[in-house]
Amino acid sequence: MSQAQDTETVREDGIIESVSGPVVTAADLDARMNDVVYVGDEGLMGEVIEIEGNLTTIQVYEETSGVGPGEPVENTGEPLSVDLGPGMLDSIYDGVQRPLDVLESKMGTAFLDRGVDAPGIDLEKTWEFTPTVSVGDTVAPGDIVGEVPETESITHKVMVPPDYDGGDVTAAEEGEFTVDEPVVELDSGEAVTMHQEWPVRQARPALEKQSPTIPLVSGQRIQDGLFPIAKGGTAAIPGPFGSGKTVTQHQLAKWSDADIVVYVGCGERGNEMTEVIEDFPELEDPKTGKPLMSRTCLIANTSNMPVAARESCIYTGITIAEYFRDMGYDVALMADSTSRWAEAMREISSRLEEMPGEEGYPAYLAASLSEFYERAGLFELLNGDQGSISAIGAVSPPGGDFSEPVTQNTLRIVKTFWALDADLANRRHFPSINWNDSYSLYTQQLDPWYRENVAEDFPEIRQWAVDVLDEEDELQEIVQLVGKDALPEDQQLTLEVARYLREAWLQQNAFHDVDTFCPPEKTYQMLQAIKTFNDEAFAALDAGVPVGEITGVDAAPRLNRMGTAEEWDEFIDELESNLEAQIRELY
Amino acid sequence: MKEYQTITEISGPLVFAEVDEPVGYDEIVEIETPDGDTLRGQVLESSEGLVSIQVFEGTGGIDRNASVRFLGETMKMPVTEDLLGRVLDGSGNPIDDGPEIVPEERRDIVGAAINPYSREYPEEFIQTGVSTIDGMNTLVRGQKLPIFSGSGLPHNDLALQIARQATVPEEEDGGDDEASDFAVIFGAIGITAEEANEFMQDFERTGALERSVVFMNLADDPAVERTVTPRLALTTAEYLAFEKDYHVLVILTDITNYCEALREIGAAREEVPGRRGYPGYMYTDLAQLYERAGRIEGREGSVTQIPILTMPSDDITHPIPDLTGYITEGQIIVDRSLNSQGAKPPIDVSDSLSRLMDDGIGEGLTRGDHSDVSAQLYAAYAEGKDLRDLVNIVGREALSERDNKYLDFADRFEEEFVQQGYDTDRTIIETLEIGWELLSMFPKEELNRIDEDAIEEYYLEDESEVAEATAD
Ligand SMILES: Nc1ncnc2c1ncn2[C@@H]1O[C@H](COP(=O)(O)OP(=O)(O)OP(=O)(O)O)[C@@H](O)[C@H]1O
Ligand SMILES: [Mg+2]
Repeated sequence: MSQAQDTETVREDGIIESVSGPVVTAADLDARMNDVVYVGDEGLMGEVIEIEGNLTTIQVYEETSGVGPGEPVENTGEPLSVDLGPGMLDSIYDGVQRPLDVLESKMGTAFLDRGVDAPGIDLEKTWEFTPTVSVGDTVAPGDIVGEVPETESITHKVMVPPDYDGGDVTAAEEGEFTVDEPVVELDSGEAVTMHQEWPVRQARPALEKQSPTIPLVSGQRIQDGLFPIAKGGTAAIPGPFGSGKTVTQHQLAKWSDADIVVYVGCGERGNEMTEVIEDFPELEDPKTGKPLMSRTCLIANTSNMPVAARESCIYTGITIAEYFRDMGYDVALMADSTSRWAEAMREISSRLEEMPGEEGYPAYLAASLSEFYERAGLFELLNGDQGSISAIGAVSPPGGDFSEPVTQNTLRIVKTFWALDADLANRRHFPSINWNDSYSLYTQQLDPWYRENVAEDFPEIRQWAVDVLDEEDELQEIVQLVGKDALPEDQQLTLEVARYLREAWLQQNAFHDVDTFCPPEKTYQMLQAIKTFNDEAFAALDAGVPVGEITGVDAAPRLNRMGTAEEWDEFIDELESNLEAQIRELY
Repeated sequence: MKEYQTITEISGPLVFAEVDEPVGYDEIVEIETPDGDTLRGQVLESSEGLVSIQVFEGTGGIDRNASVRFLGETMKMPVTEDLLGRVLDGSGNPIDDGPEIVPEERRDIVGAAINPYSREYPEEFIQTGVSTIDGMNTLVRGQKLPIFSGSGLPHNDLALQIARQATVPEEEDGGDDEASDFAVIFGAIGITAEEANEFMQDFERTGALERSVVFMNLADDPAVERTVTPRLALTTAEYLAFEKDYHVLVILTDITNYCEALREIGAAREEVPGRRGYPGYMYTDLAQLYERAGRIEGREGSVTQIPILTMPSDDITHPIPDLTGYITEGQIIVDRSLNSQGAKPPIDVSDSLSRLMDDGIGEGLTRGDHSDVSAQLYAAYAEGKDLRDLVNIVGREALSERDNKYLDFADRFEEEFVQQGYDTDRTIIETLEIGWELLSMFPKEELNRIDEDAIEEYYLEDESEVAEATAD
């Protein structure tokens, strides 16, 4: 059940039989799988995960120290659900959608106490509702019946819940309402409010999945330039610790052109969530100019918070994402890190003494991962519109070894793979996405968009860059044996061009005010400038100019300044003409 | 309180006993042996009628007739400001013949998680006086920054140097008496008496003991106790930081011993082992220690953690450093080959990282060029180190002038920037100046990570001329 619900259907209570960390068994409890229960004298929230004879196994979302056999277990008779409605943006929740700011004031301390509940959305607050239907209109499940200005940048659409019958509108009122007051009434006897509830483990319905053709523009050169993800696509970012998974996720949360961002911090650091809370209100959404926080919903279940709520936070996140998708928005969901989620499954599973699969993970690991990523996509909605969820999951492989089960199972599902590389990170080449190992299976279907919206020859120049980087990779092997100066001049020049591709184009400093966000036009122009250098340089080489003289022209190192230049278009124009002039002067 | 003489099984550090009343998970247990010794333990699992108990001091001396008492509460640490200056054992009992400790409060040692919403992002620069840290892996107040070392390496000297030299520069200038607000909590976890003495002597010599609380679980102390020692230390740290406004530096050494104890208990419980035999929940368990570092909105104090761990076979992919690195906010690597070269402290910056650096440095905090200088030093050192492999094959003559400069740079970097000695306390400005001296070996165009204005301001023309001259 969701936090906001009354417990009307109290069924037979049970008695705790045993306690082992987050796993509690109860006897005599009348419950269904996935029912939410309250455990012990303190009423700790938990969920039924196994039923065997008279014994019910429960995973508890709070610490269980001091809880013992004999204490009561009370069933709510409802599955774990989230509260959906205005007020989710600009919020931060724990793994079971308790608002952390409300918990702070209810608990009266900065530390997370136990046994305190709070609804996911404020039930007292009133919102300004404007109907978009009139009396007599016929509405069906999923149809939008009104709007609420939720934050500075986002209009919340109030919808007929998917499990309603629908019918003709008999009343639709404009005004200030709480989320539980009816705003639209139907002749079916149903009343639409601004508040829906939805069980997190069940996907919200949509008509069908479609093939995406528009990129989720990230403002990051290596992603937009080489390995794009589609709006409605899936991506994985695996990498060892400290290689840049979180920074990459934060960059996408900040600069990608999604309408809504749901950021799930799953089993990671508290300070990383604090950073988002402190930074996002200050940063401007490049699309709307409004504070980034007003399009963002945060879910934080940090590594030291209860492990069962780590398991559920992913579901909480994706359900909230689906709700905004149903309004027709393009939602981006980041999950950092899906490995912690998988480990939470493993921990619970081993306490249940289930038969372990590979590396101790439960046998259903692959199924759970694909179920999650399947909930992403570009959808035709119940109401006929389109909405999308792009899902981007970080993966934290033990020892940085990608052959482990979570990475491997994820790779089988996702279509974009941004492989982070410890070696690049150690030399402070950021983002440390390895250009040889990474790939995007969306490239082709997105090319028309790039041709139309960025540059007609975008796919060709991208291919040129890929080829140069490939050639560099091969040449490096020779260089390792004989040194660079032993190579023929044209190959030396290729290495120099590749170096600019890496240092001036692929590298991008997330902490530099200008460089942190790079619009696709700039990504293209920068690449074009390096190409200009390449073409001019090879022409000069053909004309007999020694390679050292060509690469030594004053303008060349200025390619490295393109990313951070304030007025990038002027800077690049001037640089290109300088390169041309200086190199041509050599012959 | 009921006493039981119902022990059914004793296995490794675990005791199983039958009970006829409910016992809470994590509850504290006292076991009295027939010899009259009282041992303490903790409930690991509690089911109707049977509990498993982990005994801190080990199960030696316990037999079926030992009596078991359940104290009805989870483990607590008695805390007070008077703990400063005291030396306690690994279970929190004073061992320094000092006066009785009158606690102000008894706190649960399994600290509740800090609400992420209530945290304040750490961004106050701590100057440690060590160039490789301050310049390239900056520590900030409230950070958890472990030292990854290997057996026999001088990580203790480094930890002591940091504890001695750590200051927050601005506040010094402000002239208010900040020093009194600074406290050190030292948690020895299974280290040798000799190592412990090294710390104690240094604390005494420098007078640091007065503002320290020392917890000692030594190599010959019970292994299971190692699972509580760091929790006692951190509970004390949180109290001093968030109730008494201290800036607390917590040094925990050696986390590897802590993890071995976890593995031992897991094995005794016949749990399904995870990677290399360590329990599958080790990530969560370690996180419950490391995440207790931080700052809290509206509170003066802070908890900064420097856990030390020795990497088994110097392997950074071993589960102990691996899981630690995934939780902490960076790591400082003590390197064996730099140590044999005589570098003091032998920190290898390449694998080291401070994730909280970016917000703690720059204009107004350290200096505007700090971030750029650091990035350029990293890139240049990495390039120089790569070339070392090549030069072994082709020789210096086969390399270009540019490559030779990078090779020289890598050498000078280790000799002048890394090497400084354990008693040299460099200001951040001194550190950056050394950085510029080294970077000025390169022509300006090579410094592509540094803002052009900063190059104008700090580049040393002489250095590059010197480099030119020697290259000819
Ligand atoms: N694009 C970038 N620009 C500049 N610095 C970066 C970038 N990406 C990563 N970094 C640097 O790398 C550090 C580590 O990155 P990050 O915290 O994202 O690693 P991670 O892969 O999430 O590690 P973990 O698995 O331990 O969480 C950052 O603190 C930052 O200093
Ligand atoms: Mg991370």
